[in-house]
Amino acid sequence: MYAYDELDRTLVNERVSEFRDQVTRRLSGELTEDEFKMLRLQNGVYLQLHAYMLRVAIPYGTLSSTQLRRLAHVARRYDRGYGHFTTRQNIQFNWIKLAELPDALADLAEVGIHSMQTSGNNTRNVTSDQWAGVAPGEIEDPRIWSELLRQYTTLHPEFSFLPRKFKFAITASAHDRAAIKIHDIGLRLHRNAEGETGFEVLVGGGLGRTPFIAKTIKPFVAGRDLLSYVEAILRVYNQYGRRDNIYKARIKILVHELGIEKFAQEVENEWRQMQGSALMLDDAVVEEIRSRFSYPAYEKLPHLPEELKNAARDPKFEAWRKNSVFPHKVSGYAIVTLSLKPVGGPPGDATADQMDAIAELADKYSFGEIRVGHEQNLVLPHVARRDLPALWRALDKIGVATPNVNLVSDIIACPGLDYCSLANARSIPIAQELTRRFANHDTANLIGRLHINISGCINACGHHHVGHIGILGVEKNGEEFYQITIGGRADEQAAVGTLIGPAVPYGEVADVVEDIVEAYLALRVRPDELFIDTVTRLGVEPFRERVYATR
Amino acid sequence: MTSPLEQKKIRIAGPSVVTANRTWDGVVIYRTAARGWSADLADAAIVRTSDEARTLLADAVADDVGAVAAYIAPVEVRDTGAIKPGNLRERIRSKGLTIDVSAPA
Amino acid sequence: MPLVRHGKITQDAFVHVADDAPLPGDAAILISAARFLDDPEALCRRVGRTGVIWPNSRDVDDLVPWLDRLAVVALVFPSFRDGRAYSQARLLRERYFYRGELRATGQVLRDQFVFMLRAGFDSFEVKKESDAMAFAVTAKRYSVFYQPTGDGRITALHQRMQMRHSESAGQ
Repeated sequence: MYAYDELDRTLVNERVSEFRDQVTRRLSGELTEDEFKMLRLQNGVYLQLHAYMLRVAIPYGTLSSTQLRRLAHVARRYDRGYGHFTTRQNIQFNWIKLAELPDALADLAEVGIHSMQTSGNNTRNVTSDQWAGVAPGEIEDPRIWSELLRQYTTLHPEFSFLPRKFKFAITASAHDRAAIKIHDIGLRLHRNAEGETGFEVLVGGGLGRTPFIAKTIKPFVAGRDLLSYVEAILRVYNQYGRRDNIYKARIKILVHELGIEKFAQEVENEWRQMQGSALMLDDAVVEEIRSRFSYPAYEKLPHLPEELKNAARDPKFEAWRKNSVFPHKVSGYAIVTLSLKPVGGPPGDATADQMDAIAELADKYSFGEIRVGHEQNLVLPHVARRDLPALWRALDKIGVATPNVNLVSDIIACPGLDYCSLANARSIPIAQELTRRFANHDTANLIGRLHINISGCINACGHHHVGHIGILGVEKNGEEFYQITIGGRADEQAAVGTLIGPAVPYGEVADVVEDIVEAYLALRVRPDELFIDTVTRLGVEPFRERVYATR
Repeated sequence: MTSPLEQKKIRIAGPSVVTANRTWDGVVIYRTAARGWSADLADAAIVRTSDEARTLLADAVADDVGAVAAYIAPVEVRDTGAIKPGNLRERIRSKGLTIDVSAPA
Repeated sequence: MPLVRHGKITQDAFVHVADDAPLPGDAAILISAARFLDDPEALCRRVGRTGVIWPNSRDVDDLVPWLDRLAVVALVFPSFRDGRAYSQARLLRERYFYRGELRATGQVLRDQFVFMLRAGFDSFEVKKESDAMAFAVTAKRYSVFYQPTGDGRITALHQRMQMRHSESAGQ
């Protein structure tokens, strides 16, 4: 956990004070909406269908229990008692009043939480692997570098008015849980042949109207050069990114139009002129940030404690353990995923009561730390294996122990037309119905790992392009229709899914998904061939035939 | 489909109202004939020609302090004179979420 | 439109001259890049001070040979949301060591003053009178800065290291 110091806190407080002044000037009329809109976006404040929405940053998905409690407080005091965790490791409150926002932000600032740059044409939350710092096989904790990047990009005077939004993601594992290939800049921390720590830098990933998978711009940038190299990329983008058309303004379009070689050359030219930059990260500076991260004082614990042996007789516990508990780099500990995808529930939501309960469990069982994943689930990253049975009972009581992590009912969905003013169709009721259709855990386990992503519009906040099954809401003659793709993936083999046929109406989506799953079960070559691998092996055609045979 | 907030050419297909969000708290509001705002669709001024719509919208947009993101929205007018939202989006804005967000038991 | 310089509203010594208008004798002038580049030598040699309004869609490289002879370089924010001039400003100050007056023009609003100061602007054609009057107060809004620019303000990172240094030195 990164510990804010006086300087970090001062900055957040100064920001809150500035926003308070801006809100006052807006409400008095001194600022027009046209002048205010970008300012409120830069503080994560959207106008949605019913109300304002506040998007709060959870840097690289790491929260302390104190912070989670404060989020619960904001949900109760300023909202309707719940929040929504997003595909970028942030949290959204859907019913906040503009006039009360400065107070809500002040309450959050007290525990080091802010909403800076969670919207607007600037650099957004630097996301990472929700298992950072505890995953086995990680080179080093990518959150150190995430924090360095977070500070570097926060209120950067040169890059606060970019052509469009700009998103970073960092991974330090071979298996990419941070989806770096669908980000504007993706960073893969690794060691080169000489044993130096550095980054493979990828650029130009992004979804939306024109999805692109990021391309490697430089296979190795040494750690000390990370910030200067990023600055070179941002400067080229700031100057040459398109500003005439918001649908062509992301860096992915610039990279596509120039070609990766030419783009890389532009960045290299800029970077070369920056040599000797004040942005060079010497070891002392990196150590400074590293020293502010505290790690648990792990005990020496057995891998198979008595408590676990005894609990193994309970089939419900076992089902959960096999599904939601993952190996930890420290022997005797485990990483536990808390499913926020209960049957019939809106995916990724948590009530204030749940947040408080989870905070307490984090204190008791996870050294006070919680993580947020981009699949909209939570994680307790430091659980002693002997505590798993007790933890499970407590999680089950508050409804976050559905053993469906990574399975068909672990659906990623944007808020959709129920909340969002950009949407064409609803996404949450589709997700809810799907969880009901696939509520049986034996069936879900039989199907195996299957990621369904739902977006209510082409902005793709549900990341439907990279879902194993992707569902995109569109509008046809005033009715909700859904385009369905298969074969997408967000990991190190990132790919955009392929349309399987014409859009289907709202009432048929769940049937179509069932048909796709049935097709997979019939077509897979072995029970353990994953859905995504079957699609990769056979292509879309066999699925298209079966699904559209009777439609 | 683009969001109605990006309407450039004003052309209405049937009876319509002007709607927006109240600036200070974001609540959904409708422009009234008395050149004010109401949170109740029943109080909304109905326009039936594109010219009327343009005029009503321009007037509403001028109230930059009180309202945000005004646009023209379709409605249905029943025989009883009751005004109903004219599409799913407006139904959701008028009546609220279509889903149950309470935590499952 | 009030001009803010050295933190307060001042008289603008410079006159904006349209492309087709004659130059007003020895007055201090601001002319377009196109007009300037038409005959830069002569314009730099004139008795009166010369300033150039540089568009945000053009690299500042073309202006570099003349920088040490210009009194003002004015950069443009056609909309406050168009941030290209921030990069131009930093390049002029930090790469090309431009030391003359660097002026922000266009839609210059209060809430961008701090960013502009950090990027190297030292004068501002401010859109609203009320914003110009609030300049001094607004410029002090922030005391912590994470990243280095040419403005010389020490970053939080280095401030921390200094504090650590003096802590251990004091032991």
